[in-house]
Amino acid sequence: MSTQTDNQTASAGNRSSGWVIFVFFLIGFVASIISGWVAFPKLLYSTKQQPIDFNHRVHVEQMGGQCDSCHYFRKDGSFAGAPTLEECISCHSYPMSDDPNEMKFIEEYVNQEKEVPWLIYAQQPPCVFFSHAAHVKGADMQCQTCHGDIGSSTSLRQYQENRITGYSRDIWGHSMLRLGEPDHGGRHQKMNDCAECHLKQTGSKGNCFQCHK
Amino acid sequence: MTQQPQHTKTKRYGMVIDLDKCTGCGACMVACYAENNVPFKQDETDKLLSLNWLRVMKIDNGKQFPETEICYIPMPCMQCDGEHMQGHSPCVSVCPAVATDYDYPTGIVSQIYTRCFGCRYCMAACPYHARKFNWWDPKWPADMKNYLNPDVSARMRGVVEKCSFCFHRYQKARDKAYVEGRKELGEQDYQTACAQACPAGAITFGDLKNPDHQVYRLSRDKNAFRLLERLNTNPKVYYTSTKDWVHRSADNYLEGESPEQVRKARKAAATH
Repeated sequence: MSTQTDNQTASAGNRSSGWVIFVFFLIGFVASIISGWVAFPKLLYSTKQQPIDFNHRVHVEQMGGQCDSCHYFRKDGSFAGAPTLEECISCHSYPMSDDPNEMKFIEEYVNQEKEVPWLIYAQQPPCVFFSHAAHVKGADMQCQTCHGDIGSSTSLRQYQENRITGYSRDIWGHSMLRLGEPDHGGRHQKMNDCAECHLKQTGSKGNCFQCHK
Repeated sequence: MTQQPQHTKTKRYGMVIDLDKCTGCGACMVACYAENNVPFKQDETDKLLSLNWLRVMKIDNGKQFPETEICYIPMPCMQCDGEHMQGHSPCVSVCPAVATDYDYPTGIVSQIYTRCFGCRYCMAACPYHARKFNWWDPKWPADMKNYLNPDVSARMRGVVEKCSFCFHRYQKARDKAYVEGRKELGEQDYQTACAQACPAGAITFGDLKNPDHQVYRLSRDKNAFRLLERLNTNPKVYYTSTKDWVHRSADNYLEGESPEQVRKARKAAATH
């Protein structure tokens, strides 16, 4: 008889301790989610502003709607990337509007003949090889497919710099390859995304040397 | 997006080195060091610790003067196709990190330094000693760091490196071809640094499958041979020499065995 009551009290104790375990688990769970999704990225990435808030839309309208008016291929097959000051000056030797950003550009860079220290989202470590020619000329891809509709943007977005590596968090937008396709949880462009597209388009993920050096 | 990229036929880039022309000057080694940012130390007297993607070996026929003959053998990575030409190179098959793989479109064996963790299995597997290990971080004298080739990533301590047949030059040549609207590379569009540096013209480089390239003819010459052919590693570096003792030194022949005999026996076995 007495053993039976003991058992009863013991099981009642188990039930209440189950709740305690659950509550503590929940607290720990929420805390780790907050630290992983909110606190850690803040710790890892510092947010920087571009030296000048560049308006792509105005430039595309003025330059005839072509990206390659400024972002062109050189004769040797390399890609010029962001234009140099010299190329900007060919139009901007004097102010073309009263936009404060342009005034700042003229005063701080053109008049002082100083290159604009753009923060390049697409900057890659030295072990990475990427060929614009293979994608744009070889595979006939549009700039927008990977870079999104930058041409109609009126300002540059924030630059998130990885404090450890010094490189940008992503190249353009949270889902570079899946523009127009459902966003896979805001995933960033990673090597597997390259491989996925290559597998879909060429039938092979490609060999290491294709993108690494 | 989405036009299917045009696939060109697979290539088999290879090299033919004429040992009768090689004077052992070492210009190919120097060119290779400069082209591929190969690190060196202030004291390079211990050659076992030297890093070089291309090493000029020296052999002689073992005879006294005046019969002494010397032959220099430049040895880059042999870019083995492996048995049955399926990319089963000795180094690729042992790498536990997939830091080295066989590039099917070109037949070139890659080495990804950021992927390598330095176990050196590949060095043990390579019968040609083509692979080198970085025991130290490179130290570039004075401002030499500013003159490094930006197309080749510099290596760090603890990784293996090897000759890549100047793969970056292949990629640059392809970029140029894309911009010019060409699909195929010409023979001279893609040449390795050593081939271009050789003052004697001993090194010829090209696609071994393309009859328009010089290497097609040279590699099929009756004087052409490869090193340790009986291992079936199928190297893509061929040598030519008119001297029998040079042919003999390319493999471990038993007494009474001749390279000619062995080659015939191998040919017969292959056709059966």
